[in-house]
Amino acid sequence: MEVDREDGRSQNQLRPLACSSNILHRAHGSASWSQGDTKVLAAVYGPKAGTKKNENPEKACIEVIWKPKTGQIGKLEKEYEMILKRTLQSICILTVNPNTTTSVIIQVVNDDGALLPSAINAACMALVDAGIPMRHLAVSICCCVARSGLVILDPTKLEEQNMKAFAYLVFPNSVHSVLPEGSLSVQGEPIENGIITSVTHGVMSVDDYFYCLEQGRAASTKLSDFLRRNLQQQSTDSSKAG
Amino acid sequence: MGLPNASGDLSTEVEVDAFRRLFPLRFFEKHLLESIRPDARPLGRARDTTIALGAVASANGSALAKIGSTTMLAAIKMEVMAPSIETPDEGCIAIDFHMPPICSPIVRPGRPAEAAPVVAKQLSDTILSSGMINLKELSLVSGKAAWMAYLDIYCLDADGALFDAALLAAVAAFSHLEIPVVSLNDDGKIVLSEEQGLSDREPVNKEKRKVNLGSIPFSLTCILHKNYILADPTAEEESIMETSVTVVLDSSSQLLSLYKPGGAVLAYTSAIQDCIALTRQRVKELQKILEEAISGMEVD
Repeated sequence: MEVDREDGRSQNQLRPLACSSNILHRAHGSASWSQGDTKVLAAVYGPKAGTKKNENPEKACIEVIWKPKTGQIGKLEKEYEMILKRTLQSICILTVNPNTTTSVIIQVVNDDGALLPSAINAACMALVDAGIPMRHLAVSICCCVARSGLVILDPTKLEEQNMKAFAYLVFPNSVHSVLPEGSLSVQGEPIENGIITSVTHGVMSVDDYFYCLEQGRAASTKLSDFLRRNLQQQSTDSSKAG
Repeated sequence: MGLPNASGDLSTEVEVDAFRRLFPLRFFEKHLLESIRPDARPLGRARDTTIALGAVASANGSALAKIGSTTMLAAIKMEVMAPSIETPDEGCIAIDFHMPPICSPIVRPGRPAEAAPVVAKQLSDTILSSGMINLKELSLVSGKAAWMAYLDIYCLDADGALFDAALLAAVAAFSHLEIPVVSLNDDGKIVLSEEQGLSDREPVNKEKRKVNLGSIPFSLTCILHKNYILADPTAEEESIMETSVTVVLDSSSQLLSLYKPGGAVLAYTSAIQDCIALTRQRVKELQKILEEAISGMEVD
């Protein structure tokens, strides 16, 4: 069953990805991430001394500020801040710099669908640029379920609104290991199959959701390769400059 | 207080309450090894749930839901307003969730809870996308008047699983809701009619009617910790083991939401399937409890 998408993409095709880092000079780390027309800018300041009142002082704390393109900050922005904070807390090694706060600021430049996944990807790249210690990267993708039951990846805003349901999924990045295959698996599944974060909207059947997970995992492998190439290029560029 | 023994473990020297405060994770893990939790529940069981309908007499529909100690009070007030131009045949529902300082020591008047806007938005998304209420039923006169339902949920005691209790209270309040009788008066405005004979025109709706509910959403929050899945956490469990998964299913087993906001433990397919299975059981329990509460009200 084929689905006609307005921009002519196939079911599993992602929009063109573009990522650049170290674009803001005052921030300790920064990155810009765009998927098609959706563009997000992320800046990282930290680690700074001290934690907020209700936070555990034995661990580092991450604070997220989400700035929408227009309008006032409302419940949607607060929800995105909370999801982003908990996702980043799970990938950063919080015991390395205890009693510090790292601020991540997200500025939405343009929203054309899959906004939260773009923001998570941008925040991850900015944290790498700032040198915050992390266990692995968070690779994020949006999957939509059409009324016919077909799953399409990386929808535009129009597609998101017209579909039956969509899910934002975040996976750890794929692992290139020197250890033998299978030694890194948990419960019989490789580490990169685990979900860090999942947020769904709309009504879908349980089988649709598992189908989304499969498609999301396949796409996250492609995204991980893109990130790896990007980071390797940047490290060779900076070593040439130094 | 005694000195730690050879293995550095203070557990034999220290009182239970002190150990619970000093080493909370170890306290819980000792229980989990025996497949039980400190309040003697098995891992997959939720706390005792009760629903009381009609808790707020002045509201058009209300309910008080308790899951263990977590208490939520939901109330619905209906108001007539002009429908929007894009949807002249539909009414509107506005959902708000409040966490007043009474619910928890970490909430103070100047420091609102972080969880409040997040739960409010989740509730709003879930209830509106579930199709439980058909907005066309809330219409009075097409293009001119429609009902606006203001649903307010107050958390009176925050002891974990806030979203579950709030959703249950909201659903119970909607099942208790009675749309008041209104009629058009001479100026063409809709007014509440106390008696049938007063107005010149026929009442717009003959009698107080209940709203027809479509498929009702129910939810269950589970905590993932290493290989364990704990259903319906208390606030203490939530603060120690931070990875939670909330699954919302409706009565026809469609998935309305699978919400896992980060957390140190990664969820693999088997864990998700277990959470969904636990939620299915919980949906049956909650359906029974809700039906008993509704039939209890009708007997009166």
